[in-house]
Amino acid sequence: MVLIKSYDAPPLDEREVFRYAGCRGEDDTARELFDACRAEIAEKLTYRVCFLPLDVRVADDFCDFGAFGVTSANLARNLDGCAKAVAFAATIGVGIDRLIAKYSVLSPAKALMIDAIGTERIEALCDQFCCDVEKEYRLSAKPRFSPGYGDLNLSFQNEIFSVLNCRKHIGLSISDSLMMSPSKSVTAIVGLCETECKKPSRKCDTCGNAGCAFRGAL
Amino acid sequence: MNFSAFLQQNIVCLDGGTGTLLQELGLRPGEHPERWNLTHPDAITEIHRAYYDAGSNVVCTNTFGANSLKFPPDELEEIVRAALSNADAARAQSTAPQEKFIALDIGPSGKLLKPLGDLDFEAAVDVFKRTVILGVKYGADLIYVETMSDSYETKAAVLAAKECCDLPVIVSCAYGEDGKLMTGASPAAMVALLEGMGVAALGVNCSLGPQQLRPIVRELLRYASVPVIFKPNAGLPESVNGKTVFDVTPEEYSDVAAELIAEGVRLVGGCCGTTPEYIRAVCRKTKQLAPIPVEPKNLTMVSSNTHAVVFGGAPVLIGERINPTGKKRFRQALIENDTDYILSEGIAQQEKGVDILDVNVGLPEIDEPTVLKNAVESLQAVVDLPLQIDTSDIAAMEVALRIYNGKAMINSVNGKAESMAAVFPLMKKYGGVAVALTLDENGIPESARGRVEIAKKILTVAAQHGIDKKDVVFDPLALTVSADAAAAKITLETVRRIRDELGAHTSLGISNVSFGLPARAPVNSTFFALALENGLSAAIMNPYSVDMMKTYYAYKVLAELDENCEAYIAAASSFTETVNAPQADIPADIPALKRAIVKGLKEKAAALTKERLADSDPLDLVNSEIIPALNTVGVGFENKTVFLPQLLMSAEAAKSAFEVIKATLASSKTRAEKGLFVIATVHGDIHDIGKNIVKLLLQNYGFHVVDLGKDVPPATVVKTVKELHAPLVGLSALMTTTVPAMEETIRQLRRETPWCRIVVGGAVLTQEYADAIGADKYAKDAMETVRYAEEVMGE
Repeated sequence: MVLIKSYDAPPLDEREVFRYAGCRGEDDTARELFDACRAEIAEKLTYRVCFLPLDVRVADDFCDFGAFGVTSANLARNLDGCAKAVAFAATIGVGIDRLIAKYSVLSPAKALMIDAIGTERIEALCDQFCCDVEKEYRLSAKPRFSPGYGDLNLSFQNEIFSVLNCRKHIGLSISDSLMMSPSKSVTAIVGLCETECKKPSRKCDTCGNAGCAFRGAL
Repeated sequence: MNFSAFLQQNIVCLDGGTGTLLQELGLRPGEHPERWNLTHPDAITEIHRAYYDAGSNVVCTNTFGANSLKFPPDELEEIVRAALSNADAARAQSTAPQEKFIALDIGPSGKLLKPLGDLDFEAAVDVFKRTVILGVKYGADLIYVETMSDSYETKAAVLAAKECCDLPVIVSCAYGEDGKLMTGASPAAMVALLEGMGVAALGVNCSLGPQQLRPIVRELLRYASVPVIFKPNAGLPESVNGKTVFDVTPEEYSDVAAELIAEGVRLVGGCCGTTPEYIRAVCRKTKQLAPIPVEPKNLTMVSSNTHAVVFGGAPVLIGERINPTGKKRFRQALIENDTDYILSEGIAQQEKGVDILDVNVGLPEIDEPTVLKNAVESLQAVVDLPLQIDTSDIAAMEVALRIYNGKAMINSVNGKAESMAAVFPLMKKYGGVAVALTLDENGIPESARGRVEIAKKILTVAAQHGIDKKDVVFDPLALTVSADAAAAKITLETVRRIRDELGAHTSLGISNVSFGLPARAPVNSTFFALALENGLSAAIMNPYSVDMMKTYYAYKVLAELDENCEAYIAAASSFTETVNAPQADIPADIPALKRAIVKGLKEKAAALTKERLADSDPLDLVNSEIIPALNTVGVGFENKTVFLPQLLMSAEAAKSAFEVIKATLASSKTRAEKGLFVIATVHGDIHDIGKNIVKLLLQNYGFHVVDLGKDVPPATVVKTVKELHAPLVGLSALMTTTVPAMEETIRQLRRETPWCRIVVGGAVLTQEYADAIGADKYAKDAMETVRYAEEVMGE
C-alpha cells in the first residue's frame, strides 16, 4: 500500500539556488533578491512524499516491479544488485506556482529566483527522503532514477502516477504532455541493495548531458 | 422517504473505506478498482452489504474514478450501471432496519484544472456530467462529490450535477495538515462556494485521521448553514514489519465521531483504512444522540480560491481601480489586450490592503463577455482576493460568474423588475453576493424612506428566487453634494436605516459624493468616516488615496477593530507622501537614471524619470540614458560578467521608466518601434517563466510584443501572425513531449505565413533540435533572441 510522509523544510543549499538562477557565483543583486524571495515563499511550501516499496527483478533490460514493469537499459544498470526498490513522488505544493505566476507579471527577476529556490527545495526534499529510506530499510540506496533519465521513457510517468495514485495522496497530477502540477515535483525509482552503493561525488556526474547550461561547476 | 427529507431529521451514517478492503481482496497497485464492478460484482456487493449491515444509511457506489478521462464511453456506462446494480443488490440483501440510500460517488477527475494544470474548466464540467447522467439513469438517490482537493474542480463537479439532475448533491473535501485544500482554499472559502451553489451538505473526508480533522470540522460548523460531513481516514497508514496498518482503532475513531456529532456534525462515515467495524462502532455510539439542528449563520461571505471575506467586522475595502472610466491608459490596455496592465493594477491594490477587487472592463468598442472572462481568469491566477464582477452586460456577468473560482460579489442589481429577473437566477445558480442599488423604474428616491422601501422590495423578490438576505448588500447611492446639499445626509440616513430596520449590509461608492468640487480628498475621506459610523459595511474606493486609507485605519482604531493599534502603526509610515530625496549617492559623471537602471532599482528609476521629464525631452531621455543602460547590462550578460538576475532587475527598472514615459505621453509610442514580435509557449506546455523573460527584454529593446501566453494551439499562433503580418515569432517549449507541438506550429506557420522568421528556445531545445524541426534560429537565452530580432529587423 502507498504510504505518505510530510516533512519539515530540509536544510537549504544556497549555492544550488544561485546556480539554478543562472549565476556562476553570487553577487549583491542576486543576494538581495534571494533574501527577499526566501522570506516570501517560506510559508507557502509543503513538503510531501508518497511512496510504495517494491520487489525488483531485472532480466536483460526489463525491470520487473511486480505490479508493473518497464524496459530500460539505464534503469536496469542503475538497479543492478537491488532486490528492493521504492517508487516515490515528492512535491513542495502549488503555492510556489502561484507566486511564480504572480511575479511573472510583476517582476520576472523575482519569478526566476523563486523558481530557482523551488528547484533546490524539491531536490533537497528528495535527498532527505532517500536518506530516510536507507535508514528505514537498512539498505543502501542507489541514486534516484526518474522518467526521462537516459533511455527511461518519460511516458513511464503515467505508470508511476497510476501506481502511487499521486493525485489522491499528495495532490500531484500530470498533464497530457506529461508535465507535473505542482511544477516543483519529482517522481523516481530508488533501488535498494544490501551492499554499500557507490555514490557519485557530484550529482552531475551521473547525467550524460554534457552541454547542459546548469552542469555544475560546483 | 427521500434523502433530503431524511437528512432534515436525522443523523446520517455514511459508509467506510472501499479501497483498503479491495486491496486485501487482491486489487493490485495501479489497477482500476471501478472495473471490479464488472469483474468481481459479488465482492463489491458484499462490501456494500457489510456497510448496510453495520448501520450505514448511505452507501457510495464504487465509482470514485469512473469518468470519461479514464474509460471509453461504453465501458464507463457499463461500470456505472454495474456499480449501481451492485449497491442495489446489497441494499436488497441487507436485513438491517435503517433507511438505506445509494450515492453516486464522484472523485476527482485525476487532472488539475487550468491555469495550474491543463484541464479546461468547461471540459471538467463535461467529464463530471457524463458520469452524473449515467448515475441518474441507473437509479442513484443522491450525488456524493468527495475527496476533492481543488476548489475549482469541486465547483465544476457541483455545476455538472446541478445542470444534469435535481438529486441532492453532498460534497466533502480532502484538507491537508495546514487546514487547507491542496490548491489553497480554507474551510470558510469552501463553505461560501458550496453553499452559494446550493449543496445539501458539505464537509471533510480522507487525507487525515479523526483527531487532525477535528479543527477543520469545527471551522466548517462555525460558518456553514447546511449539514456538515465527517468522513476521515483511520489515521495515517504506517508500515509495521512490512505490513501497512492504520493507527486509529474503531473505539478511538467512534469516540471522536460521537463528540463531533454532539457539536453539530450531521453526516458521519469513514474513508481509507476504515471498515464495517468502524461504522458499527460509530452507529452504536451515536444511536442515542439527537441530531443538533442546523442553524442559519446569516454570514455575508464572498470567497476567492484561497479564503473568504466575511462582512460585518472591520470595514471591507473594495478596490475600484480596475475600471476604464476616465483612465486613458487603462482603455488603451483593454483595447490592446494588455492583460499584464490589468494584473498589475490588481496586485498593486492588493498590496495597498483592499479585501476585494472590483473588475469592470466595460468599453463600447470591445466584446465584453470575452474580455471580462479573460480578465477574471487572469486575475484569479495571480491574485488571491475575491472579485466583484462589475458589469451591466448580463451575458458577460454569467460568463464571469461561471468560471469564477469562488463566490463572487456581483455589481450590481437594482429594484427594477427587469434587473432582478436577470441577475437573481444567475446568483441562484452560481452563488454570489449582489450589490443592490436602491433605485427602480422611478429613479432614485429623494428620501431615505423611499430608498429603504426599494431595499425591502428587492429582498422580497430575492426571497422568491430562493436568495437569502445575507447574499444582498445594499448600495444606497452616494450622490453629489455640490448638486444637492442634502445628498450626503440622505445617503447616511439610508445606510443607518438599512442596518437597523432590515439588518442588512451596505456598500457605497464613496468618491461620487465630491464630484465637481476642488480638492476632493478631504470630502471623500470625511464622508467615508461618517458612513462607517452610520454602519457602512463596505466601500468601493481608491486604495491609492492616502486620505481614504488614513480614515480606514483611524476608524478601525477608534471602533475597537484594531488590536493594540497594530495595523494603524504598521500603516502609519505610508501616510506621508513620499518626497524624492536628492540622489546624493550617485557620482555626477554617471547620469543618475542610467545608473539606477544598471543597478536594477525599479522605484528609483521611475522616480528619476518622472523628475527628469519636467525639463527633458522624453525621447532624449530614452536615447541618452535608458538605452545605454540596457546596453551596458546586455553586453555584460553576453560577456558573462553580469548574471541573469541582474539582467532582469535592470530590465524591470527600464520597464518602469518606460511606463512613466508612456503615462506622460498618453500614447504607447515611447519611441519608434523596432517591429512586431509574436511570442508563445507551445501547446501542451504550461510553464512560461522563460518566455516571460524573453518578452521583458524584447519590450525594453523596443519591440512590440504580442504575448499569446502558454499552452497555445498552433492555429492560434498562425491566426495571430497572419492577422498582424508579424515578421517574427518566438516559440518556447520546456519538455521533449511538447517539441512535437512546436514542430507542428512551425509546419503550419511555414505553410500559412511564409514571410515570418521563427526563433525557438526552452530547456530541452538544442541547435540540432531546432534544425530538425525547421526553425530559423535557436536562441540559447533571452539576449540572443533580442540580438536575432534586431538582426532580422535590420535586414
